[in-house]
Amino acid sequence: MSYVLTEEQQFLKDSAKDLFKKAPVAMIRDLRDGDDEQGYSTELWQQMVEMGYPGIVVSEASGGMDFGMRALGVLMEESGRSLSASPLMTVGVSAAIIEKHGTEGQKAQLSSICEQGTVVALALQEGSFYKPEQSDIVAKKDGDTYTISGVKDMVADGHAASSYIVTADTDEGVTAFLIGKDTDGLSIDKEFMMDSRYYSKLKLENVSVPTSSILGSAGKGKKVANDVTNIANALIANELVGVMSEAFDRTVDYLKERRQFDKEIGSFQALQHRAADLYGEIEIAKSLAVKALDAIDEQDFMAPAICSMAKAKCVKVSQLATNEGVQMFGGIGMTDDEEIGFFMKRARVASQQYGGYAYHVDRFASMNGY
Amino acid sequence: MSETLTTTPSETSLEDFRAEVKAFLAANCPESMRQPIAEESDTYFGGRNGTFKNADQEKWFNAMADRGWTTPEWPKKYGGGGLSKAEAKILKQEMRALSCRPPLLSFGIWMLGPALLQFGTEEQREQYLPDIIKGKIRWCQGYSEPGAGSDLASLQTLALSSGDEYIVNGQKVWTSYADKADMIFALVRTDGSGKKQIGITFLLIDMETEGVSTRPIKLISGKSPFCETFFDNVRVPKANVVGQENAGWTVAKYLLTHERSAISGAVDGDMMTPLSYYAKKSVGLTNGKLSDGLLRSEVAAWEIDGAGFKFTLDRINEEMKAGQAIGARSSFMKYYGSELNKRKYELRLDCQGRDALAWDGEAYQGGKIARQFCRTKGNSIEGGTSEIQLNIISKHILGLPS
Repeated sequence: MSYVLTEEQQFLKDSAKDLFKKAPVAMIRDLRDGDDEQGYSTELWQQMVEMGYPGIVVSEASGGMDFGMRALGVLMEESGRSLSASPLMTVGVSAAIIEKHGTEGQKAQLSSICEQGTVVALALQEGSFYKPEQSDIVAKKDGDTYTISGVKDMVADGHAASSYIVTADTDEGVTAFLIGKDTDGLSIDKEFMMDSRYYSKLKLENVSVPTSSILGSAGKGKKVANDVTNIANALIANELVGVMSEAFDRTVDYLKERRQFDKEIGSFQALQHRAADLYGEIEIAKSLAVKALDAIDEQDFMAPAICSMAKAKCVKVSQLATNEGVQMFGGIGMTDDEEIGFFMKRARVASQQYGGYAYHVDRFASMNGY
Repeated sequence: MSETLTTTPSETSLEDFRAEVKAFLAANCPESMRQPIAEESDTYFGGRNGTFKNADQEKWFNAMADRGWTTPEWPKKYGGGGLSKAEAKILKQEMRALSCRPPLLSFGIWMLGPALLQFGTEEQREQYLPDIIKGKIRWCQGYSEPGAGSDLASLQTLALSSGDEYIVNGQKVWTSYADKADMIFALVRTDGSGKKQIGITFLLIDMETEGVSTRPIKLISGKSPFCETFFDNVRVPKANVVGQENAGWTVAKYLLTHERSAISGAVDGDMMTPLSYYAKKSVGLTNGKLSDGLLRSEVAAWEIDGAGFKFTLDRINEEMKAGQAIGARSSFMKYYGSELNKRKYELRLDCQGRDALAWDGEAYQGGKIARQFCRTKGNSIEGGTSEIQLNIISKHILGLPS
């Protein structure tokens, strides 16, 4: 494992920087103000598809680039810096999950994910909080079909998806299904969140699916959910590293520009010490976030614990970095014209996705026997 | 330290070296020297009056000193090990694998030696390095003064020129083991006319010289190695200046960087036991979770930060190997490491209740936890306070104006 990027990863980082320059923070503002239906730029997403981003963690045999989670994490960090909205993370997670758990028939979908950027969304959450180990939705078995009714929440990119990974309870225990969007009884309700992105309610009314739509096998849904939790949080942690680092850089720049009492406000020790302390916290968060990606790539048995540590820390530090940002920008930080607020809003939604601070601290402590 | 550079040994010669080290350690490190260090006398500090606790300690020290392995990477011509970086790493790994105690603990090794190798004259290296390596001379450090703590450069211990000698007058404080040391490396003022950083000289003084006296300091944790050291018309040869007269601040800064990374990595001898182990033992579990829910989240938050700090040290290490300078990041390491250690001991008190409060008694290992707790408060004061480290980070990493 390595904290220092390989040449290949460095190249990827540079190309991502160039790409995300075309999607600056102003883009998310324009999408918001223009009441864009999609909430992200389909043109930008198409460019990512052309660059092979959706298949970055997929094996070459299945049509991907096989660069590993570390590489996708590098992209996530850059997208965090520019707050670029896209289905990149959703697609990265679902592709990895389908490749690991899917049947041969399901794995055939990987080529359209890699080549066309087809979106498979993750529908695990029920209600206000992410608790994927259990499901209150029952999938009733009758012969060769399951009938499912219930509601899933906070489905990222749900409105753009062509199919869904849905968990539900069966006689064998929690089971994951891969369900196409055109299945009868399935509908989507877009909800607009604080970060100017759409998340969906996925409604299932007597949705009937064949046993062949089970992802993996019946009763193995907890394993699927556990993998989703690890991968999604390792990636979000890296996105949050991008968010907090950019917010911090902008704040430090502002401290050097803004003058009060005939001096740059960055010369005041009260602000210097807070900035220096925050610098250290970001260093710690960064190391944990990178370690989480490597732990997944290396199939380290500690990976689940490290992913939860990384997410928990990145939630706390992104909170601190964006709060300090708004405070140190002062009145201007409260205005919609100034971009620092966008970082705070994205950090808050990202923090809750796939489990917030309390969820991950609990998960980490439980895994460590306390 | 160009003398230490040797051509990179091939993989096979490194494996041969590893085998040699293994055999040497097996034959020369007695079983009792592979046990954890329980008290100060378990390690050898050397010096003119140095005494061995037992025959095993003496045997282990002599075996290592004969090979120069008390300072594995120092040049052979001074009596050092002359090992390459790769070989020194192997020695360290094999010593760790057997839990070997360090054969010699010495400020001469950690601090003065690197300064002499960087700034000393050839005569000074020949005079002092062999005695450090063989543990013959014990050194202490004289930096802080009652009026010069964080503002170290304002130090006032005066060294007045008198022929080929200086006459030194003044007081140092926080001189660890000054009462046991043979020599002190001290910062003294040789010029008070200009900017305070200019006019400081790095001077070596024999503690047996007439006019030098010491007094121990008792800390909030109880007994301590710290002393006050007084200089009353002490005559010191000018040949004992390291670097140039009035340029001692450069030497001092070089050594402080050394000290900071050392403190950040070694603040606690008990790094290996997870905090949650103590919490579980004292507080207990209910349905597999720590019975005290508030404590559980605080312990977990600490363990996450602890792991994050460890990973960060690994990362900085790797980045240094890839060619990045450590620079002011040593200040971040010192700051975060010492604050983390203080937080840990606050939580040890919360986790262990009465057992952590006892100040005496065999059942409580002589009040070990309570005393260590008190001692950790010094972590963020010694070697530059946390506030000074934050100043350095602000200025040198973030580039904030002064």
